[in-house]
Amino acid sequence: MAKRVAQDIPDGAVVNLGIGLPTLVANHLPADREVILHSENGIIGMGPAPAAGEEDYDLINAGKQPVTLLPGGCFFHHADSFAMMRGGHVDVCVLGAFQVSAEGDLANWHTGAPDAIPAVGGAMDLAIGAKQTYVMMEHLTKSGESKLVPECSYPLTGIGCVRRVYTDLAVIDLTVHGAVVREMVTELDFQELQRLTAIPLLRRV
Amino acid sequence: MINKIYPSTAAALADVADGSTVMIGGFGTAGLPDELIQALIDQGARDLVVVNNNAGNGDTGLAALLAAGRVRKIICSFPRQADSHHFDGLYRSGRIELELVPQGNLAERIRAAGAGIGAFFTPTGYGTELAKGKETREIGGRHYVLEYPIHADYALIKAERGDRWGNLTYRMTARNFGPIMAAAARTTVASVHEVVAVGELDPEAVVTPGLYVQRVVPIARTASKAGGFKKAM
Repeated sequence: MAKRVAQDIPDGAVVNLGIGLPTLVANHLPADREVILHSENGIIGMGPAPAAGEEDYDLINAGKQPVTLLPGGCFFHHADSFAMMRGGHVDVCVLGAFQVSAEGDLANWHTGAPDAIPAVGGAMDLAIGAKQTYVMMEHLTKSGESKLVPECSYPLTGIGCVRRVYTDLAVIDLTVHGAVVREMVTELDFQELQRLTAIPLLRRV
Repeated sequence: MINKIYPSTAAALADVADGSTVMIGGFGTAGLPDELIQALIDQGARDLVVVNNNAGNGDTGLAALLAAGRVRKIICSFPRQADSHHFDGLYRSGRIELELVPQGNLAERIRAAGAGIGAFFTPTGYGTELAKGKETREIGGRHYVLEYPIHADYALIKAERGDRWGNLTYRMTARNFGPIMAAAARTTVASVHEVVAVGELDPEAVVTPGLYVQRVVPIARTASKAGGFKKAM
């Protein structure tokens, strides 16, 4: 999945990778493309994790893991960092999700369980701020339900913000015409994919 | 002569009153002013409203302030962390009030306070639970939520170098909320690892101009510790 997302990140793009699965995209960016990673806590030009023993906890990513700074990178304060997102200066944001609706609504911050401690972080800003918001998630929940849904039952992160969904089964564009399947894994035919997916799918023309 | 250098963290926080709103810099443990928080714990002010991105890590710093029962309310974006057990316990037993704010709105509300902005419309959070009951407006075909500034009585921030005018530089991602909190509080207390003579900081590289800072306390340099790892979703 991460490898597939990485293929679609163009040379020169400024990208924010959400915590969890999306972080893995960084490991698969093609070496011939220069991609600039933005981190919500004030980094442009974020580099990979440092070698063991060289961690500096003043230089961390959104998941609070130690990272490095690439040549050309820089630091800025939090209001600037989120202005970059909200202001449309970040080209692509890749987020995980609990659910995505046919209309591109995203639910990824809260399960809504009464005993859960709510925590939103930068998810709502990221979802609506980037020029393109991609979601990377398993196609099905652990209990086998479609995570693409007619309407999100979990609390929303953003409305109509998701442009494309990468799952372990398919790549699906959410367009004004509907959910268009761009690609699917070879072991699956369209009918089987549709059977597993709770929203109507269109074949790519 | 202007001299904002304070001899100790205790002296710099001696006048914090019960019920104060205190902004505390830091994202996880980076930029978290541990020594100033310890001084606030020792000082004894109660019934505090704390503004921080998180809600404490482990058993020290902000987590210790919470554990001491001194915080009435916390305004933050991401309280739930692998090591936020003190907050978790207080929240579940109803002993602390939580105002959960999307991180960019939190930053912008702090920035707005320092910049004299009365309120602003932001697209973040529109249509979600966190915008419930808030005024909205459609501007140019896009939906926005009205958000108000967050002012504070005190800001406790961690910087790297500073001078007696209060000019500050930071270190890498420890900068985070420091510059905007400095502007949003009536009294900003900055810990620095090095006090330099006025004129020694490169004027092109000063991040927080001294007029935003009222008190500077030198603290011996200690490396930030790991903490606050987010659980993968």
